[in-house]
Amino acid sequence: MLNTKINIAGVEFKNPVMTASGTFGSGMEYSEFVDLNTLGAVVTKGVANVPWEGNPTPRVQETYGGMLNAIGLQNPGIDVFIERDIPFLKQYDTKIIVNVCGRSAADYVEVVEKLADQPVDMLEINVSCPNVKHGGIAFGQDPKCLFDITKEIKAKAKQPIIMKLSPNVTDITEMAKAAEAAGSDAISLINTITGMKIDIHKRTFALANKTGGLSGPAIKPIAVRMVYQAAHAVKIPIIGMGGIANAEDAIEFMLAGASGVAVGAMNFVNPYTTAEVVKGIEAYMEQYGIENLRDIIGTV
Amino acid sequence: MEHKKKEAAVVYRQQQIAAGIFDMWIETSIAPQAKPGQFISVYTQDKSALLPRPISICEVDRKNSRLRIVYRVAGKGTAEFAGYKPGQRVDVLGTLGNGFPLEKAKGKKVFLMGGGIGIPPMLELAKEIEGAASVDIIVGYRNNELFLSEDLAKYGQVHVATEDGSAGTKGNVMNAIASEGLEGDVIFACGPMPMLRAIKQYAADKGMEAYISLEERMACGVGACLGCVVKTKEVDHHSHVNNARICTDGPVYAAEDVEI
Repeated sequence: MLNTKINIAGVEFKNPVMTASGTFGSGMEYSEFVDLNTLGAVVTKGVANVPWEGNPTPRVQETYGGMLNAIGLQNPGIDVFIERDIPFLKQYDTKIIVNVCGRSAADYVEVVEKLADQPVDMLEINVSCPNVKHGGIAFGQDPKCLFDITKEIKAKAKQPIIMKLSPNVTDITEMAKAAEAAGSDAISLINTITGMKIDIHKRTFALANKTGGLSGPAIKPIAVRMVYQAAHAVKIPIIGMGGIANAEDAIEFMLAGASGVAVGAMNFVNPYTTAEVVKGIEAYMEQYGIENLRDIIGTV
Repeated sequence: MEHKKKEAAVVYRQQQIAAGIFDMWIETSIAPQAKPGQFISVYTQDKSALLPRPISICEVDRKNSRLRIVYRVAGKGTAEFAGYKPGQRVDVLGTLGNGFPLEKAKGKKVFLMGGGIGIPPMLELAKEIEGAASVDIIVGYRNNELFLSEDLAKYGQVHVATEDGSAGTKGNVMNAIASEGLEGDVIFACGPMPMLRAIKQYAADKGMEAYISLEERMACGVGACLGCVVKTKEVDHHSHVNNARICTDGPVYAAEDVEI
């Protein structure tokens, strides 16, 4: 009997496979392709205290083996989210992780407080969006700021919190340690890597926002390295992400130290990716006689 | 029952029909559900190019479960598609988006307007429009490579404009309407943004209804990533901001509802 169960900060997931925030909406659009009951968790698109318009278009561009996005955290605001998205997700036997974004500490706290009585399992705090001026990136690039915001949110949160870390830093371990020291229950990484593409025919920026976040298989080795480094720096569990396209990639992240794994940009390439990763992990366990998937975490 | 899925379709036939313009029929199980104005996402086999290319549906053969797409080679993805031979695999996701509101044509004098690579979706639309008082198909090309104009002529009166004046009215579709003195009640259009802006203005001036098909850089094609939005006049029912998703809420919009 294969045991794919994973425990992250006291929450038990049927398997480690999740969706990376912003690539799966609130699951509605992809429920036509994937049985959400088969996933460990759905991690929602970031939600703020009020609706956000997001950035002008073009918001997405393809790059070699990846893509750039500068959506700008467009979202309908927490009130609509509570009324519409949470009831939708509650129909499924999967964990719900709500990604929270904000422009100030007060914004985050407002969302976290509104979610206090909601049937959600964990909160992922986006302090690392590179695409909005005050999208939290400032909180995610300075250990002191990260410590302070984490402490403030942790004091108000009713659910365990996951601080989502930016890769756009010199030393990821400093950030991981700051989140842990401030009481974060887990960390997730990596968010996108700031990039740029120029249209040589129009001689202008390919994205209206000029810069965007790079994701997809192109960034996977960086993500694996950072998960490995973070795993050796902190004791709190890690959710790893960055270019996961199949079960082999997911297992790589787990061996590097991730307890959970999230599929991001590859949902756009193959809408069945999440379900295929779940199946592929089981096949890997069978192939190597692994009874408990948790036993492989951080073993490299 | 309409259902989106990604599957390996098979190329049935492909030919080049103008400079840089290719005409491909594919066999796919999603063909029977296709509606005029919908599109499919076509994936490259080159895995360095991850994102699908959204391509409008030109024609539907429900009996044989085939779709026709007519596309311009614009980069390495479409260049790969252009090399596909009959029998070869082509990965598609569809059918996507909402089609044109065919019911708006009933009893009306209809203009179908296509510009350049916006012409293809006009063909299935022209085929499926029923009960219109008249159908004028106004199409704009760069030059006298009038791709699809013969197919279109089976379903309405075709009026041509060319940028270089080598066929029909010299200029664009708006010039063709003026020079031929055409009059209509409702417009269905697809083409470059300047054309769609001109049509929006023209329809507003004339008090006509206009339904325009938009395009934008897309990633997911199914409404999840929020990459391909258009500014809307009213707050969008899904996003709760003045941005609607072209892939799912569009690509066809009433011209007056969008800020373009």
